[in-house]
Amino acid sequence: MTVRTAELLMGLAMAVLSGYFMWKSAELPIMWVQGVGPGGGAWPFWLSLVMLLSTLWILFNWAFRIGAIANNEEPLFEAGMFTPVALVALALTGCIALIEGIGIGGFKGIGFYGALPLFIIFYLKVIGSHTWVSTLTTAIVVPVLTFVFFEVLLQISLPKGMTEPLFLPIYAFIYSL
Amino acid sequence: MMEIITLLGHGFVVALQPLNLVLIIVGCAVGLFIGAMPGLGSVNGVAILLPLTFLVPPDGAIIFLCAIYYGAMYGGAISSIMLGIPGASTAVATTFDGRPLAKQGLADKALTAAAVASFVGGSISVVLFTFFAPPLAHVALTFGSQETFALMLLAFATFVGLGGDDIAKTIFSICIGLVLAAVGLDIITGRPRLIFGDISGFMHGINFLVLAIGIYGIGEMLWTVEENAKAGGKSMLSEAVITVDRIKNNVIELIGTWKTMLMGSFLGYFVGILPAAGATPGSLMAYGFAKQMSKHPETFGKGNVEGVVAPEAANNAASTGSMLPMMTLGIPGSPTTAILLGGMVIWGLEPGPRLFTSNPDFVWGLIASLYVANVFALILNILFIPAFIWVLKLPFTILAPIILTLCLVGGYAPTQDMHDVWLMLIFGLVGYLMRKLDYPVAPAVLAIVLGPLTEPALRQSLLISGGDPMTFFYRPYSGPIMVIALILLFLPALFPLYRMVTGGGKKKASDSA
Repeated sequence: MTVRTAELLMGLAMAVLSGYFMWKSAELPIMWVQGVGPGGGAWPFWLSLVMLLSTLWILFNWAFRIGAIANNEEPLFEAGMFTPVALVALALTGCIALIEGIGIGGFKGIGFYGALPLFIIFYLKVIGSHTWVSTLTTAIVVPVLTFVFFEVLLQISLPKGMTEPLFLPIYAFIYSL
Repeated sequence: MMEIITLLGHGFVVALQPLNLVLIIVGCAVGLFIGAMPGLGSVNGVAILLPLTFLVPPDGAIIFLCAIYYGAMYGGAISSIMLGIPGASTAVATTFDGRPLAKQGLADKALTAAAVASFVGGSISVVLFTFFAPPLAHVALTFGSQETFALMLLAFATFVGLGGDDIAKTIFSICIGLVLAAVGLDIITGRPRLIFGDISGFMHGINFLVLAIGIYGIGEMLWTVEENAKAGGKSMLSEAVITVDRIKNNVIELIGTWKTMLMGSFLGYFVGILPAAGATPGSLMAYGFAKQMSKHPETFGKGNVEGVVAPEAANNAASTGSMLPMMTLGIPGSPTTAILLGGMVIWGLEPGPRLFTSNPDFVWGLIASLYVANVFALILNILFIPAFIWVLKLPFTILAPIILTLCLVGGYAPTQDMHDVWLMLIFGLVGYLMRKLDYPVAPAVLAIVLGPLTEPALRQSLLISGGDPMTFFYRPYSGPIMVIALILLFLPALFPLYRMVTGGGKKKASDSA
């Protein structure tokens, strides 16, 4: 796919998104309401209309080849560049899905402290080709520091999914101090 | 004047007591660390540590919390520069130029600039606070919704040029940020609004950090992964070196940015005073103004040190400014000062005009501690620069998963909802593609930060005036601000039209072809 084609597709997608925003905004009044002032949907509706107009402007520039992007016939991704980006994006998506599960088969997820080490191991070993020593050290140290900082010091509880019972003795120990 | 200096002298006696001095240093260090963590800002630090302050007297308690507030203002810049993830909303604008500087191997320059500008902004604002507190508080009190809207419009106007030449994409970016900021409950009627796909996670709105970490954290990482692949896996996140000579030279170079520092400091201070504004709009406006004032606006966003200096001077100045209405009128200027105000009430103090006479030791001890905290925050920040630089020297394939991990936790922490983590991933992917197609993303982040202030100001103003849009022009402060904003807004928009009419547009099209 060339940059020029991507510009067209992005412009069209954003135009559709603007239209969707307008339609959703119109669920609330978009004009003046006596005693209330501008309706609840007015602000996002008229802004979405400006969004739509600006996407039409972008598509106009594309059609008449105005600007560098509209004239760029080079591929959006150079050869071999798409795979590493897609791999990282997929790994990140998988990591988030593993944290809390996505409702398939009643799977509750393995929480932050289960998913983060797996993500780090995948990244360091598969993408970075690091040694097992540095891979495992990072995979253990990062979640432990995250736990100490967020759970112990700031008392912000991160989702743990099915690993929750494993943390009960740790909590019991911390609160006994 | 002499009376103020005498009172300030007494304040220094309070601030320099051993316990208070230790509290200032510890507070600055804690604030620096919390500010540097993505997703956590001064408000988290102050709120979490408020209960600890019951162990010390009220003056020590407020000094400790204010030192955290100050330290966090310094610290917010660290992750903006080093990782490209804003540590807090107040440091969003620092990312725009701080990150490109770090990627050019000039992280030390950006960090030094942030520290020195923060110090200058903080110091100027404390002097202003010392000598002009009551009159400025009364001016700020005359600001109504019309003035707030005019100021917000001015902020957007200064940013229209932020996206380069493509006005259409800049306008799109601002509008999508404002629409995303409107998601959640309608602020006046309380009815659900823009609940996409009827997903309940949208009911609490979209936190600005979700967009900021998505775009500047995940989007930036994907961008760097691609660059790293182009370089055959050899490129690090940022080449960086640090020596005493380099820091000294960086400080000397900063003398040339004194105008930007002063502008950022005064602008930040005044915007900080305004109730409900706080440091974020101040820092974003200062960035926009620095770009407008610059002889080389095209270098902004690509690593112009003035793009770091302006917002950093402004956010520290604003943090002091936002304490002014809290102390003199009992009105908090930001979420953090709202918590500080709560603390003062718990300690049995009554914020308001009488505080200056009923508790002079407390008030002047606090003001003097701000001077001291500024000095220690600067020293700590400079001392930590080598440690931050060391982090950048880790191989990219080790640093990248750690940063992405921080993004996930940072995206979850503010609302503690996994819905926001998914949203952050989507913003990251879309932001990455938008960046490849030259859509400016900074205006969208600006808009989602300022949107929650802009919409209520507009609606309240129109409601009060019965729908008359001229209400913004009738008032003594909002009128001139609106005129300046409209001039700034339309001049850059009309400029390309002017070039097209005069034949410059054809030349540009042929150039780009």
